Amino acid sequence: MGCSTVITLEINDRAMQAKEGETVLDACRRAGIRVPTLCHLKELTPTGACRMCVVEVDGARGLVPACAWPAADGMKVQTHGPRAIRARQMIVELLLASHPDDCLYCIRNGECELQDLAHELGVRERRFHAPCRQYNVDVSNPSIVRDPAKCILCGKCVRVCEEIQGVAAIDFIDRGSQATVGTAFDQGLNVSSCINCGQCAMVCPTGALREQCQLDEVLNALADPDRHVVVQHAPAVSVTLAEEFGMKPGRDIAGTMTAALRKLGFRRVFPTAFSADLTIMEEAAELVARVKNGGPFPMLTSCSPGWIKYMEQQFPDFIPNVSSCKSPQQMLGAIIKSYYAEQVGIDPEKIYSVSIMPCTAKKFEAQRPEMVRNGLPDIDAVLTTRELVRLIRMRGLDFNELEAEAPDSPLGERSSAGKLFGVSGGVMEAALRTAYHLLTGDDLDVVPMKELRGLDGVKQARVTIGDLDVGVAVVSGLENAAHLLNEVREGRSDLHFIEVMTCAGGCVSGGGQPIRTDDTKVRARMKALYEIDRDAHVRRSHENPDIQQLYRDFLGEPLGHRSHELLHTGYAPRDVVA
Amino acid sequence: MIATQNELSTVLEEFPDAGREHLIPILQSVQTQFGYLSRESMIAVGQRLGLPISKVYGVATFYNQFRFQPLGKVHCQICRGTACHVKGSGKVLDTLRRTLQVEPGQTTRDGNYSYEVVACIGACGLAPVVTVNGDFHAEMSTDTIGKTLRKYLKTDTEQDGN
Repeated sequence: MGCSTVITLEINDRAMQAKEGETVLDACRRAGIRVPTLCHLKELTPTGACRMCVVEVDGARGLVPACAWPAADGMKVQTHGPRAIRARQMIVELLLASHPDDCLYCIRNGECELQDLAHELGVRERRFHAPCRQYNVDVSNPSIVRDPAKCILCGKCVRVCEEIQGVAAIDFIDRGSQATVGTAFDQGLNVSSCINCGQCAMVCPTGALREQCQLDEVLNALADPDRHVVVQHAPAVSVTLAEEFGMKPGRDIAGTMTAALRKLGFRRVFPTAFSADLTIMEEAAELVARVKNGGPFPMLTSCSPGWIKYMEQQFPDFIPNVSSCKSPQQMLGAIIKSYYAEQVGIDPEKIYSVSIMPCTAKKFEAQRPEMVRNGLPDIDAVLTTRELVRLIRMRGLDFNELEAEAPDSPLGERSSAGKLFGVSGGVMEAALRTAYHLLTGDDLDVVPMKELRGLDGVKQARVTIGDLDVGVAVVSGLENAAHLLNEVREGRSDLHFIEVMTCAGGCVSGGGQPIRTDDTKVRARMKALYEIDRDAHVRRSHENPDIQQLYRDFLGEPLGHRSHELLHTGYAPRDVVA
Repeated sequence: MIATQNELSTVLEEFPDAGREHLIPILQSVQTQFGYLSRESMIAVGQRLGLPISKVYGVATFYNQFRFQPLGKVHCQICRGTACHVKGSGKVLDTLRRTLQVEPGQTTRDGNYSYEVVACIGACGLAPVVTVNGDFHAEMSTDTIGKTLRKYLKTDTEQDGN
């Protein structure tokens, strides 16, 4: 929208200005007028499917959808006139006519946009009874559950999957009253091109898409005296959790969260940021080895499991470029069941290893057959941030009553570089700090790499390391990744290292984060991580004392024999209907 | 199967510079050639146009004209237009559904029968009307529909025997 002619229009009898090309909805939102929507997604194609945003425009034939109606000079809009409100009520009533009445038992009870609207609009009875079609709940996928009975066909999942992630695993099937959202040939999500990112569940207004919940398994393990249950938490979780308990977005509560996890019965609490440091040690060493061996470049990061599945499906020609490092979750899992088990003298079979992730794809990753050693999975269960919130509420823990506690030793120390894994661009900054050290034997003062920070989908920079000129790029949102990789396929050769994160903005906006994550919250979480880095003493992964000790006592050196056995993995092309 | 692949490529070659806007014409050609859209053909079309298969499947299922199972040896179109409805085509349709045990658009497992519902075939004077393998049959009833279809299957089998 390059053109920025200012126009004047009147909304609810108040004159206001808008840019040409803006929709009525944009203008309303900027003016602080809340026009309800169900199918609207910022920055994606408006579809005008749900009609919740209908408003009265003088001179228009009927009510018009504000989300798809361009604001025009001299336009007069009434957003909450009786006609519009009646129409909205009717729409909600019609949507509810074929909607299951099981709100009390629904995972989205209290967080459901349809429920909220029914409440706000004062829908107090079921006037219409449409026959509810019988659907099968699709539980085939390790990360996402699909319950078409609750789907209101807003199409947000379809658009996110296609336009942001470039995956398009789902689309509308059939037509009219028969229409559903489903995969190609209406099969299970597990055999589709779904990459398990969970962004569909994040935008779903109802409970039609949700995470595959593993709370029961974890509760059973916690209740089993023969199990030694340990937990790790991803960098993005500690800067997110506070929001859900009435605190300001972007507050880091790693300490109290650690205390809460211990209260929940976890025997040991480790930050995944520790193994993010470990990932950096291995990945930076890999980068340096590639510099010495002349490639293959660009090297691609491997910590985002949605991206890894996507790459195996859509870009298998890049398999040699992808770092062989397991993700931090899997690395810590492997270290817990080997080094840690040895240290504390526990049979690895007795260890039940849980991870708390802002991510649904991590559930899939933990179940990959490559992530099993001697018959034991590196990770036994993955809980999303949302599931952790439920667990904490279930146990009635009050964060105000908890004293901050330190993580456990010996896998508890982290550098702030490891913590940066939670944001798009963070892995790159962390890796460059250590790669610089490996290549020059020196350490630069840590300065923020501004061009690699923020919410842009594609960020690029050139970095000088000694006499090397290194081209780096950071992409998030797989549609952005696909564009960049296509450029590389077509011969672009100035890039040496590319960080790819599946979700736009990185793990802070991952598919396992609280429902109603928005840009403001994502920014606050990002800022919190960067502040942790700014104020930290240890800001380079290779300076983390626990990492140094781990290499001294157990691993030997990066890319060594033990590392290969425990910390590295391989990829293979995946044949899916895409 | 190899023959099918070749035939499919032949169909796709009719659209040398095809873009996504050619999806429907291509699907129509494929259906004309094979009588239905197979899973393989939809995948091939998607790959050819650079479209996700979910999109191809979504478009194909949106339109009534596409079918996903081969036609039966005997294919019946049953008219559900206003005149036919008034004259009882609904009951004829129920009879078909009950006897054949498949839904409109599907084919019986033995491959003998398939049927589909059409809105109006412009022969209201013959209501309720059906077509069987292209022939019109007037004033169908729950009693006559079965006999009519069986007659076609018999002819078909006799031809096979020759």
